[in-house]
Order: sequence, then C-alpha cells, then structure tokens
Amino acid sequence: MEDLRLTERLVGTDEVKIQARGVNVYYGESHAIKDVDVDILDKTVTAFIGPSGCGKSTFLRCLNRMNDTIDNCRVTGSIRLDGQDIYDRSVDPVQLRAQVGMVFQKPNPFPKSIYDNVAYGPRIHGLARSKADLDEIVEKSLRRAALWNEAKDRLDQPGTGLSGGQQQRLCIARAIATSPEVLLMDEPCSALDPIATAQVEELIDELRANFSVVIVTHSMQQAARVSQRTAFFHLGNLVEYGETGQVFTNPRDPRTESYITGRIG
Amino acid sequence: MADIDIAAGGWTSEASRENVRRRRRGELWLKAAGLVAITIAFAMLLTLLASLVITGFRAFTQTHVTLQVTLPPGDETPSFRAATRGAIEALFEGADEAQKREASRILSSGAQYIIESHVAANPDLIGQTFSIRVPVSDPYDQLAKGLIDRETPEALRRVSDAGIAAFDRLSEAGLISRPFNTALFVNADSRFPELAGLKGAIIGSFYALLTCFLISFPIGIGAAIYLEEFARKNRLSDFIEININNLAAVPSVVFGLLALAVFLNWFGLPRGAPFVGGLTLALMTLPTIIIATRAALKAVPPSIREAALGVGASKQQVVFHHVLPLAMPGILTGTIIGLAQALGETAPLLLIGMNAFITAAPSTPFDSATALPTQIFIWADSPERGFVSRTSAAILVLLGFLVLMNALAIYLRNRFERRW
Ligand SMILES: Nc1ncnc2c1ncn2[C@@H]1O[C@H](COP(=O)(O)OP(=O)(O)O)[C@@H](O)[C@H]1O
Ligand SMILES: [Mg+2]
Repeated sequence: MEDLRLTERLVGTDEVKIQARGVNVYYGESHAIKDVDVDILDKTVTAFIGPSGCGKSTFLRCLNRMNDTIDNCRVTGSIRLDGQDIYDRSVDPVQLRAQVGMVFQKPNPFPKSIYDNVAYGPRIHGLARSKADLDEIVEKSLRRAALWNEAKDRLDQPGTGLSGGQQQRLCIARAIATSPEVLLMDEPCSALDPIATAQVEELIDELRANFSVVIVTHSMQQAARVSQRTAFFHLGNLVEYGETGQVFTNPRDPRTESYITGRIG
Repeated sequence: MADIDIAAGGWTSEASRENVRRRRRGELWLKAAGLVAITIAFAMLLTLLASLVITGFRAFTQTHVTLQVTLPPGDETPSFRAATRGAIEALFEGADEAQKREASRILSSGAQYIIESHVAANPDLIGQTFSIRVPVSDPYDQLAKGLIDRETPEALRRVSDAGIAAFDRLSEAGLISRPFNTALFVNADSRFPELAGLKGAIIGSFYALLTCFLISFPIGIGAAIYLEEFARKNRLSDFIEININNLAAVPSVVFGLLALAVFLNWFGLPRGAPFVGGLTLALMTLPTIIIATRAALKAVPPSIREAALGVGASKQQVVFHHVLPLAMPGILTGTIIGLAQALGETAPLLLIGMNAFITAAPSTPFDSATALPTQIFIWADSPERGFVSRTSAAILVLLGFLVLMNALAIYLRNRFERRW
C-alpha cells in the first residue's frame, strides 16, 4: 500500500452536518448495523470503506431513509440532519430525499431525455417558477456535474444513450438539481472505466465546495484520493473513524490495519 | 466411473473417440425429436387451415342470376313479388312446362326484397325495365359450385332434372354469374344461406369486446397497481394473489352461469345483449389483465424505482411517472391477448342467450345480437347445405380478426418498448 497518495487537503469545516447516535439496523432477525455513532462534517468528503457485506450501503441508506422502502428493514437510534431527527414522525421521507440526494452504484438514468432527467426532481418539488428557471437549474446542475459541454447540444436525446461515465455524471446532475445539502454515493465508480472514474473523482472533489459528500467505496485508493474523512466498517460495526490520512497511515484498530494491508476483505 | 478410466487413455484414444461418438448420437436424437415435434405441430395447424379453406372458400362467392325487371308505370306501390315472378318467367318463354314450374325456385326467396330495396334507393326506376343481379337459392348455388352430382338418381338429389335443365338454360344464356359474396359481410343472419351474413355477429362481437375492454382494462390495471405497488405483502395479499391465479383458470362456462344468475336473473339486464356479453367476458379477462399487468410492473428494473425515490419522488409519483409508462407495452400486449381470448369465447355467450336467431344487426350494445363464435355455433348446427361452407368461412373471418389483434399486440410491443 505504498502507492496510496494521500492528499494533504484541508477538511472544509468542522461543522457537523449529520450526527448519528446508537444506530442499529435489522433486516428481519439479522442485525446488519450495530450501534454506530458517527459525525459527518459539512463541506467534506467522507468515505465508508470495509469488506463487502459489512453494512456500508445499509448505513448510507439510513441517511436518506431509503431503507424505509425495504419491507423487513428496521432502524433504531437517532440520526440528525442539522439537528433535526430525520426519523422523527414529523419528517416526511420524500421531502428528506430532496435534501439528501443519492447516486447509485449502477448508473440509472430514467429512459427520458437528458433534460427531463435533470429537470425531474425540480419539477416534482416545484423548485422552478418558469421554464426559464428550469432551464437555468438544468444548465447549472449539468455544469456542476461537468457534463454541460458534452450534453448541451443533445439535451433532448435519451439519457440512456450516453456512455457509462456520462450516465453516472448525469445521475449526479440529477441528484444535485434539487439543491440537496448532502450527497450520498454508493460505489459510484464501480461500473465505470478508469478514465470515467478519474472524471467522477475530480467532480466529487469539486462538489465538496457546496455539499457534504458521503461516498461508499470498495477501493481504498479511491477513498484515499477523494476523501478527507474515512470510516471503516467491519461486520456491522464502525471500527474506526477519523481523518483519512490518519486512518490509512496510522490506524488505531488492528482490524483496520489488517484490512488496509490486505489481510481482511 | 468406468468411463473415466477408459477416457484416461488420453483424448485421442479410441475409448474417448467412442465417447464423443456416443455424445454426438445423443445430440442428433434430441435434434431429430425436436424436429419431429415441430413438424407434427405444423402439420396439425396446416390440416386445420387447409380443411377450413377447402370447405370455406366457396362461401366467399355466391351464384347470381341477372334478371330484366319491368315495373308498370304510374304504380307507386308495385307488387315486387309479381314483378320478380314475371322477370324469371320471361326467361322461360317457349320452354317446357316442367322447367317453367322450377324456374321460380331457382331464385332466392329474398330476391323480391333485394329488388324492392334497390328500387327504394332509385325511385325513378318505377315504370321502367332495368336489369339487376339477384342471388340464386341455395340448392342451385350448390349445383353451380359443383357440389351436387348430376349423376345421382333424381330422387336422391335436391334439384330435379327439370331444375337442372332450367338452370343450364340460364347458364347458356349467359345470365349466371358468381361474384364475391358481399352478403356474407353486409347482411345479418338469415334462414336462407344465400342471404345469411356475419354483420350482426361482427357488430355484436365488437360491442361485447368494447364493453369488455372498457370494464376490464381500468379495473385490471388499478387492481394490479394496488396489489403490486401499494398493498402490504401479508397473508391476505397472498390469498388474493392465489385466488386471482385460480380465477384465470376457471372454465369459461362457469362465468356464463354466474352471469346468467347475476346479470340476467338478478339485475334483469336484457337477454342476449352484447353489453351483457361484454360484462361476462370482462369477468374472464380481468384476471388475465391483472396477471399481465403485475408481470409487466415487476419487470421494470428496481434501479428506476430507486432513482426516482432517490430524487424525492413519492411512491405514487414513482409508479405513475416511471413504472407505469415503462410497463405499458407489456400491459397492452397482455390486454390484447386477453381480448383475443374473449373474442373466441363461446360457452358464456351461449348461456346468456347470444345464440338467438336474429336477422338484424344490433344498433346499440343493448339490442339482442349474436357474436362471431356463437354465430359459428348456430350455423354449424343448421341443416341447410349452404351453411357448411359458411361455417368454415365464418371461422376464417374469426381467425382473421384474431391474427389482426395479435399483430397489433406485437406492433405495440415493438413500437413502445424502451430499453434501460
Ligand atoms: N434488503 C436486504 N434484506 C436482507 N438483508 C440485507 C438486505 N440488504 C443487505 N442485507 C444484508 O445486510 C448486510 C449488509 O449489507 P450491505 O449494506 O449491502 O453491505 P455492503 O454495502 O457493505 O457490501 C449483508 O449481510 C447483507 O446480506
Ligand atoms: Mg454495497
């Protein structure tokens, strides 16, 4: 693991965006997440790493209540977004998901035009007052997702006709079009080639200026390249959480060290 | 395990070659069996079609005779009966008495009404002599089509020697023709094969299918969406699912009995009306549509649902903005196949009285009518020879509609299918 080029980037802020306390997740009888406490910082890229099946995706999906859609999934504990408990009865999960955007492992654009893909979120949430407003949101989102130059002449063409990397950036544009505060990404590059991966990683670094980004990745190099904070999960436990540089060079827990040096996973 | 020992001699050894030969023989047998099965299936289909076409093709033409009809001038209500009689008798001037007596039997009994309606459409024909082509009666149609053997003894034949002579006289005069049988499509049912047509049955079937579609499509889709997307999965939903699947397997005659008891006897809806037929068919089509719709909804990839949920779409928005449009081709295909099944369904329609003898096409879905399959049933049961070929012709027409509907289903599927 000598080739981990740890970037000496400053953590954007120390302001806590999401505060999770005592989170447990059960799928029926099976206990997938065990008593996890974590503070996710604003304007920071946080990476979740760990062997496959350790609960990274499960925990990520708690942060925008996507787990609500799974019938036998039960979440306990508290997760606060800007101090507001997102599992509180008064919180509408649909509204929450506009605030906490999500990008999935496999690029999944709607089988609609590029424009309609990006415009869909703002439309259903009534974020644009006029067509001009909507055009502006679409352009801004595509620019932020570094897709504008490639897509501006073909906005009316189907999003499914783009290449894999472009599709994933379209999905990012779609996710940020509702101006969320947090962007969750579940292995966003695992279906992409190295060049597309590099583009998306660069994009993630830029998104940090405006969003709090949480990224699940199975690639430690990627975690090291893009994140400022890293959380290591193992068998449903949050084993170690800290600054990326520290976690990779000077892990406190022996399990983290074994994983990083390739002995677990 | 012996095989392994023998093959251990190496892959070029005689033993392994024998192994390969045995495998090839097995593959050949399987292929041959498959070909035989397909050949048998095709042969059966061809036999069916061939027998229908061979008996049915004659019904697509009808023998006609051309008459010179004279209507006396100044008579606003002429006797068409007398005029028709006069016209045919005029053709037999100088012939022997036996032929003259047969002459009027050559004409269809509907001839005078055909002349009457022709004159009603052209009133200036009154007081004139005009020529008109009218159908011949069924025995002479059979004779013209070569279905009556002239060699059989007269007593065993449906037309007498004098009748044959009379018909031949008309043939020689060039008055006999055999044009396309338009009556088969523009007339409703009749006691006389030469006048009988499918118009009433086609319109009856159309109204019944329309009713069936208007009821089963929205209800079926609604039920499927609720069950697939919104209902909680528990004992009750499992129970409902099993029952819907069972419902699709219930014999159609049972639905007919149910309709008879509920729609006719209880609600007092009119007997034999295509509307009631449509309601009955809707009962049968509903499970088909529900099952097809659920399958189509299930086939929409979960990634699309996640994508929509991920940008903050509500459950309802996910279904109506994304899942339903993507499932539409499958839903339409399933619906059309369900309707095609309904089009060919006979038993339930017999039970609600759509097999009455009705000589007028229905003008609303609430008039008594037949449907295509029940019309086939009626004709197949009729003793007149002319109905034999007309039954086959009606089956061909029904098959034609079925092929059209299936073609539409395939077209819709290809046209609206989207990839993701
Ligand atoms: N929908 C589900 N139903 C039941 N068990 C699940 C479901 N999703 C995930 N799990 C289980 O939860 C554990 C964590 O899964 P996941 O969060 O997907 O892991 P990771 O993303 O780290 O690979 C695994 O043991 C997995 O089998
Ligand atoms: Mg995962």
